[in-house]
Amino acid sequence: MNQDNLILDVKDLKMYFPVVRGLLRRKVADVKAVDGVTFKLMRDETLGLVGESGCGKTTIGRCIIGLYRATGGQILFEDEDITSMSEKKLREVRRNIALIFQDPYSSLDPRQSAGGIVGEPLKIHNMALNKGEYKDRVEQLLRIVGLDPSMVDRFPHEFSGGQRQRIGVARALACDPSLIICDEPISALDVSIQAQIINLLEELQDSVKGLSYLFIAHDLSVVRHISDRVAVMYLGHIMEICKSRVLYENPLHPYTRALLSAIPIADPFVEETRERIILKGEVPSPLNPPPGCPFHPRCFMAIPECSQAVPPLRTISDGHEVACIRA
Amino acid sequence: MAEILKVNNLITQFKTESGIVKAVNDVSYYINEQEIIGLVGESGCGKSVSQLSVMQLINAPGKITGGEIIFEGQNLLKYKQHSPEMRSIRGARIAMIFQEPMTSLNPVLTIGQQLTEMLVLHLKMSNEDARKRAIQLMGMVGIPAAEGRIDDYPHNFSGGMRQRVMIAMGLSCDPRILIADEPTTALDVTTQAQLLEMMKDMVQRFRASLVIVTHNLGVVARYAERIYIMYAGRIVESGTTKDIFSKPRHPYTMGLLKCIPRLDEEEGRKLVPIEGLPPNLINMPTTCAFLPRCSWKIERCYKDPWPELTPVNDNHFIRCYADTKEKKSEPG
Repeated sequence: MNQDNLILDVKDLKMYFPVVRGLLRRKVADVKAVDGVTFKLMRDETLGLVGESGCGKTTIGRCIIGLYRATGGQILFEDEDITSMSEKKLREVRRNIALIFQDPYSSLDPRQSAGGIVGEPLKIHNMALNKGEYKDRVEQLLRIVGLDPSMVDRFPHEFSGGQRQRIGVARALACDPSLIICDEPISALDVSIQAQIINLLEELQDSVKGLSYLFIAHDLSVVRHISDRVAVMYLGHIMEICKSRVLYENPLHPYTRALLSAIPIADPFVEETRERIILKGEVPSPLNPPPGCPFHPRCFMAIPECSQAVPPLRTISDGHEVACIRA
Repeated sequence: MAEILKVNNLITQFKTESGIVKAVNDVSYYINEQEIIGLVGESGCGKSVSQLSVMQLINAPGKITGGEIIFEGQNLLKYKQHSPEMRSIRGARIAMIFQEPMTSLNPVLTIGQQLTEMLVLHLKMSNEDARKRAIQLMGMVGIPAAEGRIDDYPHNFSGGMRQRVMIAMGLSCDPRILIADEPTTALDVTTQAQLLEMMKDMVQRFRASLVIVTHNLGVVARYAERIYIMYAGRIVESGTTKDIFSKPRHPYTMGLLKCIPRLDEEEGRKLVPIEGLPPNLINMPTTCAFLPRCSWKIERCYKDPWPELTPVNDNHFIRCYADTKEKKSEPG
């Protein structure tokens, strides 16, 4: 990997949320939502972050954009550490990082017109010099995401779910960001509409030079489709990180294997012959994670050593890292 | 195998201020004994409403306005919604599991109260026997230490555990048919797999039939023997799971298979989205509702009404005028 092309370098990121009890709001415990996560993201690259609910994938996204102040570790965005930045500086940097949200029904202000929503970042960051320029840019943004610029004065309720998510994408693009964090951008959409948004995101990346995505989702087939590399998370840790192609062909972590086998493929002939690993039990609470490898109580390959220490990410082959002592 | 349920030309409509919504429009299908079928479609295609109609759980402004629902030889639509006959069937002979395990259990009653209610009501069990049976059922669906958890409230259970309770409730009166309406959509992937696998085992054990209502093509590919694809209130294609996935013939089905990412796909595969939007179910045209989004349309599609379900071979039916066989249509 060429270090010049590095856009995001996350080092040992920790995000703990305190649990407080009683009248004096004493801190009694920590929810370790993200507990020592390390990864890199290059320019023009899409990194998929996949895992089940509560694994910390959304928290990572929010730490990167500075919505949460990380408890520990570093987030280097274009060589500057977001975790120790002043609010003022952070606001400037945020111009280059955009966020697309999951629910296009609640992430758009119902009382603002489509144009107002898309243009707001331009105003906040003083990126439009005059009214004409502002209007042109808003219309251009709507056109880029496949919406008719004549819809600029319509309100969110007049759009369908897919169109609303297009507005969300246009808003994210407003300030020419170099990183877009896509947090479950298609989970709330219908199957036939999901492909439209996936293709839109792919086309944008092809046409905009240096645009990277951090694509957060629980649906591994979608993540694998859009990402160059995929990081699989479980209870605040990255379990495996590798190229998307390798993920399906050669998963090394038992959790990755279980996750893959849990996703049915829309082909009854393939389904007949697939390995099926049905995990026991449920994801433990991040308030009280198991000692050692967080996955070991449900793991079908666990040995006593697994409960001793959290296994670090080891490099197995070029770009393929696994946090498992048995892999 | 014998047919256990046959639905003929079912029509369910909702009267709204802006017009009549034909949610289910001339839907016919059947289920054999101990069979697993899949009912697939996007939101608003009428898949849930068709199943609620079978249970007669359609309330005003909705109304079942036509058709027959033949269950074990008798037409259920002869009976009124609140008639004793319908009550003895609903929940007991035909049971249903809903999508949201968070909202479909009563939060102020214990799990035990909710599980035993049906046993006492339908099977006339004593409270004591019902409690024993409830604990047994909870064990069967994989709730550990059921005896200690039966007096818990729904909020003490995780989403997956609540859905297990729902499945136990559905199976409690030994139903002939279990209808699962998006049973695992709200749950995590590994929990989904656990529950679907368990549900399949349970219907086998109870010798019941299972209707899986879902938008997830993978789930039906894995579990269903036959599939019905719905679009805008109608069934547009039906057939065995293998036929539908290997030789899809309706343009909508073909479109669906091309627009979903697959875990095992080749690198660089492009998704082909179905352009446009599903139609508004109010004031639907008489022509095919998929026409505006269809890439196979021919002249006849604009003139003639929505085609009937016509066979393309044994057990494989489509509603389409175009000869979709011409071009080779590979899934995926």
